[in-house]
Order: sequence, then C-alpha cells, then structure tokens
Amino acid sequence: MTPMVVALAVAAGWPLARTVWLSFTDATLAGPADVAWIGFANYLEHDAGEWYGVLADPQWWHAVRNTLVFAVVSVGLETMLGLAIALALNTPFRGRGLVRAAVLVPWAIPTVVSAKLWAWMLNDEFGILNHVLLGLGVISAPIAWVANPDLALGAVIAVDVWKTTPFMVLLILAGLQMLPQDCYEAARVDGVSPVKVFLRVTLPLLWPALAVAVAFRALDALRIFDLVYVLTANSTSTMSISVYARQQLIDFQDIGYGSAASTLVFLTIGLAAIAYLRLVRLRPGETA
Amino acid sequence: MRRGWRIALVALALAPGVVAQAATISISCSAVGRELEICREGAEAWAKETGHTVRLVSTPNSASERLALYQQLLAARAPDLDVLQIDIVWPGILAGHLVDLSANAAALRSAFFPELIRNDTVGGRLVALPWFVNVGLLYYRSDLLERHGRPIPRTWKELTDTATRIQRAERAAGTTRLWGFVWQGRAYEGLTCDALEWLASHGGGTIVGADGHISVDNPRAAAAISLAASWVRRISPEGVLNYAEEESRGVFQSGLAVFMRNWPYAWSLLQSPGSPVRGKVGIAMLPAAADGRPAATLGGAQLAVSRYSRNREAAASLVLYLVSRAEQKRRALVGGYHPTIPALYDDPELLRTSPLFGTLRDALDGAVARPSSAVGADYNRVSYAFANAVHTVLAGQSDAESSLRALERRLRRLKRRGNWPAVHAAGASR
Repeated sequence: MTPMVVALAVAAGWPLARTVWLSFTDATLAGPADVAWIGFANYLEHDAGEWYGVLADPQWWHAVRNTLVFAVVSVGLETMLGLAIALALNTPFRGRGLVRAAVLVPWAIPTVVSAKLWAWMLNDEFGILNHVLLGLGVISAPIAWVANPDLALGAVIAVDVWKTTPFMVLLILAGLQMLPQDCYEAARVDGVSPVKVFLRVTLPLLWPALAVAVAFRALDALRIFDLVYVLTANSTSTMSISVYARQQLIDFQDIGYGSAASTLVFLTIGLAAIAYLRLVRLRPGETA
Repeated sequence: MRRGWRIALVALALAPGVVAQAATISISCSAVGRELEICREGAEAWAKETGHTVRLVSTPNSASERLALYQQLLAARAPDLDVLQIDIVWPGILAGHLVDLSANAAALRSAFFPELIRNDTVGGRLVALPWFVNVGLLYYRSDLLERHGRPIPRTWKELTDTATRIQRAERAAGTTRLWGFVWQGRAYEGLTCDALEWLASHGGGTIVGADGHISVDNPRAAAAISLAASWVRRISPEGVLNYAEEESRGVFQSGLAVFMRNWPYAWSLLQSPGSPVRGKVGIAMLPAAADGRPAATLGGAQLAVSRYSRNREAAASLVLYLVSRAEQKRRALVGGYHPTIPALYDDPELLRTSPLFGTLRDALDGAVARPSSAVGADYNRVSYAFANAVHTVLAGQSDAESSLRALERRLRRLKRRGNWPAVHAAGASR
C-alpha cells in the first residue's frame, strides 16, 4: 500500500498541490523567481467598479459551454454508434475478425495526425469533403467547416466521433461477450421479439460495462485539448477549458492566472466525475 | 577512490574548454517555405569556415507556438538551443533569457537600420541582432489586371471594386472558384498585423500609442474593420477566417485569387519553377483609405543567443556571420529576404535581380511597428485581444463599434495591471 501512496503523491499530488498554490500567486513565465501571494485575485477580483479574474471572464464561461457541449454531444453520439457497431460485430459473420480489426484503425492513429488529416479534408478550397459534396450537388459553394464559427464546434465533434467511436465499440464489445448466454436461450424459447430482448435483457446486463465506458470517455472529453488546438488553434468559437488554460499559461506567460484556470479545469472535471458516478450508481439499484 | 573523484572533477571542469574548440551549435530556424534550407546553407558555410558543427532545429510554423516552445525551454534553462531566431515583437518578452551582444557586435552595430537596433535593445542591453525585415505587401495577378484593364489599386475602395469586378467576370468565364482577395484572418498574430495595416492606413492609430495611450476605440478604426468585414464571403472566401500565411499563399499560388496580402517570402515561391502563377504576379504597396497613407506592418526576424548556451562565444560568432553583409546579400539573392542593412538596398546586383527592392524601400518608409515596446510583457495579451475583437467582427458576430469599445475596456484593465509603458524596463531588469 505504502509504495502506491508514495507513487501517487509524487506523480499526481505534488504537481496538483503546486498548481493550486501557484494559482494564488502572480507568477509569470518570464520570472518565476519573484512570486507574490495575491489571494483569490486570479479567480475573482473587484477592481475599479468591475469584476475580473477567471470566473468573471466571459471567455472562460464560453469555454466551459463549449467543453460541455462537446462532451455531451460527442460522448452521446459515440455511445450510440459504438453500441450499434458492437452489436453488429457481436453476431457471427464471415470476415468478422477482419472487420473488427479495421474498425480500430481511427483509434490507432495518433490524435495530432488524424486532426491534421481532417484539417486538410475539411479545408474549404482544397478539401476532399467539399469536393465530394460539390460534385454530388449537395452544396453549391464550398463550406468553410472549421473557419465558420457556427460550424467549427460541430466539425470538431464530428472528427472526435470518427476517432473515438472505435474505443466505445471495443469496450462495449468486451461487455457483450461477457453476457451469460442462458438468458438469450430462454428468451428464444419463449419467442420474445429481438427489440424486447435488447431492451429487457441486453441493455440491463450491459449497463455496468456501458457506464464505465461512458465514464472513461466523458472524463477524456472534458479535458479535450489536442484535437481542438490542431483544428482551430485558439479560436474562441471552439476553445475548450484546457485550451483556455494553456493559452493563459503559455501564450500570455501568466502562470498564476493560468494555474487558477487549470485548478478550475480540475475542479470542473472532478465535480462532473462525482456527479456522474452518483447518477449511475442509483440506476442499476432501481432497475434490479 | 578520492583520487578517482578528483580526476573526474578536473575532467569535468576541462570539458567545456575542450568542447569550445569544436563546438556543436544548435540553431532554430523557422521552416516556412524554403527558410530552413536557406538557413542551413548559411549555418553550414559558417561551420566550414570555423571548424565547428551546426545542428538545425526546426520549429513550429506558427509564431505563437514557436514562442511557447522557446519559453518552455528557456524557463527550464535548457541548453538545447544556442542560437534562437526570434520575432521582432519578442525581445521585450525574452530579454531576461538572452545574452547581451553589444560587445560582439560593436563594429557592426551602426550598419543596421537604427529602428531595428532600438527594437532589439532592452534595458540598455542589445539582446538580439536584426536578421531580415518584413513588411506587409500587396500581391496581384498582373495578367488578370491587364486582361480587365484595371490599374494597381491605391485605395482600399479601388481594391474592393477591382476584386469584385474581376471575380465576377472570371467566374462567368469559367474560373468558378476564383476569389478577389486573400489574407490572414485566423485569430492569431497574423491578423493583428493585417488589421493594424487597415487601421493605420485609415488614420485609425496603432491600437496603443508609443506612450502607452490606448487609442483603438475610434471611428476611423471601426470604419477600417467594417470594410474588411464586408470582404468576407464577397471577395474573400469564408475560409479566410481560419487562414494563416501559408493557407492564403496556397489559394493565391493555385491561381485562385486576384490579390493577396502577404510577407515578402511568398515572392520567390510564387516565381519558382512549377508555380502555376509564375510570371503573372506583381507586388505593390498595400492600399490606403482615400484620405490615408499606405501602411505596412513591420515584421522580421532577429537572432539571439541563449543565456543557457554552453558555447556562447561560438554561438555569438554564428549570429555575427549570419547577419553579416555578405550573408544577408546571399539570402536576399537566393531567398528574397530583405536585408536589415540599409546600404544593401543600393546594391546594383540586388536591385537587378528582385523587383521587390524598390517597392520594399517605399513600404519600409510607411512601416508601422506593432505596439510591442509600449506594452512590453503584455504584448501577447494585447495582440490576442485585438485579433479576437477584429475576428468577431469579420465573422459577423459583432459590429465594429461595440467590439472596439469592449476591446478598449479590456486593454484599460491590462494597462492598469501592467503599468504601461513602464513595464518594459521592469521586465528587462528581471
């Protein structure tokens, strides 16, 4: 037990404690040596009749909104698609092994590489997507997928769904293969319709595996950085809370303010995790 | 055992001396277009002359990412980089990590443009030497202007009219994907440069004055930005809102735009063999408002030596070689880089080979500097706030007046916290 506690303290506890401490200071990247304690000013401060600090920054709240929209929509889509594909892959057919391997390809590509790949495919003037859509007559003029503020977040979500659905498929497929076969035998003998089997047998039995898979993805989605940054850099229309924190820390050299933002990122994700765990712990109890 | 330690210590103490005789110097060059290749040629010529070796480190194309990389390396006091290529707006931000080159450059100093030396002197220390200058230029398709009988635009209104007319005519004639004008519209440093040109050429100031006075919320600035917003979706593709330099060059070089705002580096690429627009391109000064003067944002690169370098003398010698008159002339000839030494602009060989030099001379006269020296360490915040305020107007999410009013409030707060313009000297003493 002790080695694990030590390892955790060194690997996670110390950096976290230091970030929290820095968030109460005016440290900058230019001179981390002379640092003064400024209390909660990085979080919220009243100065000359106006409120300042991360919590008073509309851009922060915009980033929170982007992050939540991204997390809910992308994880929702990935779960539904993942479930559908996993169910399909769970029925025996010829070449199933090959298809299973092929499904994993998007997941195997490093995020930065796939993000760059999509950046070119979504490019307004040279992108294959506009080329195909124009050729099919679906659109009459090229669409600037990542430049248009109304479409950019949707584009980021679509790329994430493409990339991360295989992960959901993998986890759900593993869950499906653990299900006891006798329930299905009984259902078949009783002549229950496939839809009913899915709703009454598969879904309740699969619930724990599904809940874990969604938890993994949701925590990942809340701290999304790489995909957003590569596709749209610091653009406000897609900025996530991690991108916001990085911008303060690195672009603006403001370690104090950036640490306050990072601490809030940590708290946001922590609260989301706790809320989610409470939510899913109640459900199986109710249905059982 | 103790003796063994002592020998090891002596060996360690001697090691830097041994290394200094034939050092390996790492230099970071940006890699936009052919930059890396040309940088390598110069650095290797120096290596051959001195017996040292050089290692080229390529850095991200985006300037803001390059700065982030430098800051992480320098804050960690990493000796990985000896010579750094830094942007014209960075000396104030990085000064504390850079070596004072005054002694090394004593003989050469007066040869450079004085504005550039002033820009690179922070708190009395010469922290970098100017390597090449950049100014914003207007690239135009000479064949298209000729075919439609239009002159090179001198005002923004003429540019808008000409672009609209040629775009309409050429599209009707079959070039359906032709656009009028491409530029840098992504919310980053490049947009700050473009928008500063719009402001200054409308007499709308330079965001923050040299004395630290915030001047951005004025009707002329609003008019300038509204005009640019009217281009989007009319003569500029919507994608311009996410374009940096290379994206706009991609469109222009493919023959899909009449005008482009870009830096001088694009010239030799547009004229390279295999370029679809080779021989059909001209350059001019950027237009101005009817009652304004043309303005071009001053850019360019400086070379600096890291304080954490293990071979400062060799590194300084490489910097001096690269900024020397002969090397700058070579770079001007092969890469179209613009010298930081005024005397080179009278060099007949250079004037013959590149039509840019005459135009550039004029553009340099009207060059506007970004307010980096006035706001010091806050520069990136100011620039980002400005670029974003402009970007929301371009994207149609806000009108220019209210966006600039909000920007002015934001900047006032930064000013109060940062005590401009005094912060510049304070940053240097760190």
